[in-house]
Amino acid sequence: MNIYAIRAIYLFEMARTWRTLLQSIVSPVISTSLYFVVFGAAIGSHMTGIDGVSYGAFIVPGLIMLSLLTQSISNASFGIYFPKFVGTIYEILSAPVSPFEIVAGYVGAAASKSVILGLIILVTARLFVPFQIEHPLWMLAFLLLTAVTFSLFGFIIGIWADNFEKLQLVPLLVVTPLTFLGGSFYSIHMLPPLWQKVTLFNPVVYLISGFRWSFYGVSDVGVGVSVGMTAVFLAICLAAVWWIFRTGYRLKA
Amino acid sequence: MQPIIAVNQLSKTYASGFQALKRIDLEIRQGEIFALLGPNGAGKTTLISIICGIVNPSEGTVLADGHDVVRDYRAARAKIGLVPQELTTDAFETVWNTVSFSRGLFGRSANPAHVEKVLKDLSLWSKKDSKLITLSGGMKRRVMIAKALSHEPQILFLDEPSAGVDVELRRDMWAMVRALRATGVTIILTTHYIEEAEEMADRIGVIHKGELILVEDKAELMNKLGRKQLTLHLQDPLETIPAALAGYPLELSADRQQLVYTFDAQGEHTGIDMLLRRLGEAGIDFKDLKTSQSSLEDIFVSLVREHA
Repeated sequence: MNIYAIRAIYLFEMARTWRTLLQSIVSPVISTSLYFVVFGAAIGSHMTGIDGVSYGAFIVPGLIMLSLLTQSISNASFGIYFPKFVGTIYEILSAPVSPFEIVAGYVGAAASKSVILGLIILVTARLFVPFQIEHPLWMLAFLLLTAVTFSLFGFIIGIWADNFEKLQLVPLLVVTPLTFLGGSFYSIHMLPPLWQKVTLFNPVVYLISGFRWSFYGVSDVGVGVSVGMTAVFLAICLAAVWWIFRTGYRLKA
Repeated sequence: MQPIIAVNQLSKTYASGFQALKRIDLEIRQGEIFALLGPNGAGKTTLISIICGIVNPSEGTVLADGHDVVRDYRAARAKIGLVPQELTTDAFETVWNTVSFSRGLFGRSANPAHVEKVLKDLSLWSKKDSKLITLSGGMKRRVMIAKALSHEPQILFLDEPSAGVDVELRRDMWAMVRALRATGVTIILTTHYIEEAEEMADRIGVIHKGELILVEDKAELMNKLGRKQLTLHLQDPLETIPAALAGYPLELSADRQQLVYTFDAQGEHTGIDMLLRRLGEAGIDFKDLKTSQSSLEDIFVSLVREHA
């Protein structure tokens, strides 16, 4: 195991985070704060609570998930796409590092950044609305599992993308709609019966539901199902990464 | 002694169908400077890229210090440093960080003293805290060499090291290459500048259209190079070379109008004065004379043309 290489890649990526602090950390915090001001304070005060939770508090887990997903994907995809784009990837490819070590470095850094960000948003949210966390350990577990899974997904997108447009395409056209439709701002029980069924095909529903359960003990789908679905998605991403390195797809001629 | 690099029946066909390498066999000796010479698109970079792990081989094997570069890539790559042709750097990193990053990536524990030495050797010490984006092209080239040397490799690849490099940097670079060789590092460089190969290399390989068409000691090539020819255009054609001139390495051209004398230009006595005196004594008149030297460039051009 080339620990020094994992450390080198991890620290390199984290240095990029600190260098672009404003963009990496501050801007998601500001946009999330705006959500709380608009949905939590302004609109929320005119809405009845859902499942016994005030609307402002109800949207907290969903909003954290929204940032966690989009940030994990963009951090990890950019992290691996950029060396490919400028050509510095030659050094990674010629180094005595295994695929696992490369993934551990890049995905580890992207996930760390997302988790830090998620926790910052959590603290920010507390300034706007009062809430409690019933299962803090589960909350952290969901946070970590989601960050790692979607960083892996972002890593795959970064390798697949051969131009900047593709890099934005999946997050924009797939992930953002799925997240908004995944119950960030509502309970899926509020939907008509048909759409309740359709929405179960959206993997993000399970993430948000499980995460909300760790806060308030209420969920749209069973917690076990949430964990299971996240694990399935994680397994799919791992398999894709394994295939990428086995074939050298978009990395090696 | 086992070769430090052994390339065996190596072929590469790209997805486009282009065959970049055709069954290459090559052995690089430990501690030598090997120059790989060839025109653009000959396959030099593909060969290096396969050895370094950037391109997958289609067929054949490569051993680096006895380790298969595909199956035992960890051990093989740890011994190799690569300075690629393109100047690709992380714009916002500092010189110190990027060189330290390379060392870690190649599995070595941090060693500030070594990084400092490498930077000083390459006249980069004063720039250690500068961001790469602020450096000139020549300085970036130095940084890329520093990155390749950060993990103390046993084998160093320099792909077109003098492309876009000024005289001073080239001189520094060659001094550094010689110093590295003195410590036992094997150096493989690609170039299309023949003078460069002539100045630096112990052995020279010529690659053309994916085939290795010549591998020879530079000394032997220089021997061929060191030979000069004196051509005498005769006033009257000769039937045979006169007995009085028997001791000289002379050849009569097919049209019997020219006498060709081959001599060692680097020898103490070229023998030209004696030859001319003998010719006068034998009553052979000539109307013109010229001397010519076959350069590495001539050899190269004729080889490449032969294989065209």
